[in-house]
Amino acid sequence: MRYLLRKLGFYAIAAWLAVTLNFALPRLIPGDPVEIILSRMQQQGPVPAGEHDAVARMLGLGHGNILAQYWDYLTSVAQLHFGLSISYFPTPVTTVLRSCVLWTLLLVGLATLISVVLGIALGTLAGWKRGTWLDNLVPVTTFLTAIPYFWLALLLLYLLTQVTQVFPQSGGYSPDTFIGWNGAFIGSAVSHALLPAITIVLSSVGGWLLGMRNMMVSTLSEDYVTAAEAKGLRARTVMIGYAARNAVLPSVAGFAISLGFIVSGSLVMEIVFSYPGMGFTLLSAVGNNDYPLMQAVFLVITMAVLAANFIVDMLYGFVDPRTRQAR
Amino acid sequence: MTTTAALLTDPAVPTAAPGPGRLRRMLRSRRLVTGLTVLVLFALAAIIGPFLVGDPNAVSTDLNQGPSAAHWLGTTQLGQDVLAQLVVSARGTLFIGVAAALVATVVSIVIGIGGGFLGGLADEALSLLSNVFLVIPGLPLVIVVSAYAHGGGMPATVLIIALTSWAASARVLRAQTLSLRSRDYVLAARVYGERRWRIVLVEILPNELAIIVSQFIFAVVFAILTQAGLAFLGLENPLDLTWGNMLYFAQNAEALSSGYWWWFVPPGVCIAAVGAALSLVNFGLDELLNPRLRVHHEPRQKKARLQKKGAGA
Repeated sequence: MRYLLRKLGFYAIAAWLAVTLNFALPRLIPGDPVEIILSRMQQQGPVPAGEHDAVARMLGLGHGNILAQYWDYLTSVAQLHFGLSISYFPTPVTTVLRSCVLWTLLLVGLATLISVVLGIALGTLAGWKRGTWLDNLVPVTTFLTAIPYFWLALLLLYLLTQVTQVFPQSGGYSPDTFIGWNGAFIGSAVSHALLPAITIVLSSVGGWLLGMRNMMVSTLSEDYVTAAEAKGLRARTVMIGYAARNAVLPSVAGFAISLGFIVSGSLVMEIVFSYPGMGFTLLSAVGNNDYPLMQAVFLVITMAVLAANFIVDMLYGFVDPRTRQAR
Repeated sequence: MTTTAALLTDPAVPTAAPGPGRLRRMLRSRRLVTGLTVLVLFALAAIIGPFLVGDPNAVSTDLNQGPSAAHWLGTTQLGQDVLAQLVVSARGTLFIGVAAALVATVVSIVIGIGGGFLGGLADEALSLLSNVFLVIPGLPLVIVVSAYAHGGGMPATVLIIALTSWAASARVLRAQTLSLRSRDYVLAARVYGERRWRIVLVEILPNELAIIVSQFIFAVVFAILTQAGLAFLGLENPLDLTWGNMLYFAQNAEALSSGYWWWFVPPGVCIAAVGAALSLVNFGLDELLNPRLRVHHEPRQKKARLQKKGAGA
């Protein structure tokens, strides 16, 4: 219980810091950002009354002193009032977000899961059979993790969609299907997701493999593994039940930390494949000076990562009872 | 991913005693030698290369030429020589990588060792800070920051990359400092009445050197990759000549889909080669300093594992 409260407190502070950072950033723009935003909105159509106030509050630039501005900003974040998007004017930011969040969640979530499971399984094997040909996996994966992700992805995109047409062109689905839960759309969405998923797995599996292999090697020299072998247990039981089970703990703990990197990687992935997710939205918001949308995307991404971290931390408490007792 | 790997490597790396056998062992490690060779080649290219090739920005009438005797790696859309750009960019890229890694390492040493050594409230605050920086996703933050703070040259890039990459190593260093702090020789130094900064610099820091070096190397890899990513997203000053910016311009000119592979492929290969070489050096050093990871190559030993256990007992 104490463990849970401590973790909860930490994530509350982290979330508060992220929100506050978001409050401080618009003050870096030269000029009055509210006027800039409103004048851009006016170019695109009639601006509803009260939008000036909403924009100012969301950017933390409302009336009164800085504390009152901060309070206004916090309440509008809590109520999810992100204002109207500029680049998709006059669609509210929340609607834009709702349409892109699922794409990222499904693709990045599944690809990450595949990469982690594959990396840990291969790492277990490589650690168990070290000194054999499996050791060659280490330099290969080293090279794979050192390749800039977008470069590999662009190269594969070119080779597999233009030179040989194995996969469909970029985008999230083919334009001649209707969005909805029908077979044609789901089929096209899956076939468009395959290549991005493969590139994510290729570029991230190495880190998991290497970490797991090194932990496996360390764990194999522990006395309880020797004892298990001396008892005459089958090799598989020793490998999975005794060695891998303990060696996997740092990978689970590391998962929470690497989530930030996974998210960063997926942003670049979406740019490369023009995939209609959060990263694509963020970059196009930056390109169009769409500050309300940009802030909202940043907040949603950060909150999602914090929430996922919290869940992993909770799970880790169950997997490894020692962490619960640690102060 | 680099950070995960850095975190997963055993922090308790025992430092071997220096001696004449060490150099011989170093040279026997194939990984170390391969990595160092590649690195020296790139360093030479970065230092003296720019004097040997022509002006990388010189425009000529040979547009989009493939590799030939006159232009070994072909030319860009504006007729610039790709090889000259590649060599001059090596300087910028390696500078950003090393500078950002230096800044990140110094910050992580101050915060990690400082917090771990001081303990108490200072430690709570500093480790909270590094944990928060760990969980807040770096790239979105960088994108938003650079969108607000338009422009900025190489120093800005270095600082932004360093800002997002110090936290993981600070955490590892803190854990290690906590365990070193209560060792007998540190207590002895305290009893002697040595000053705090002396204890940190003389008793603690040298014992964490192996970890610090390994994390510095990972930080260089991370910085080079992040720099390439930032440049590719168009968030770096386009006037700086780096491999990332070369890729950015190549991509904007649709070099790949037009078939100008000689413009797009070399910068990526260079980044990957430098990154892989750095990782190889790191693993080589790790094997050298951490005997548990060393692989035995005796062919007739059926179970390398059993033999190692016999040696370890």
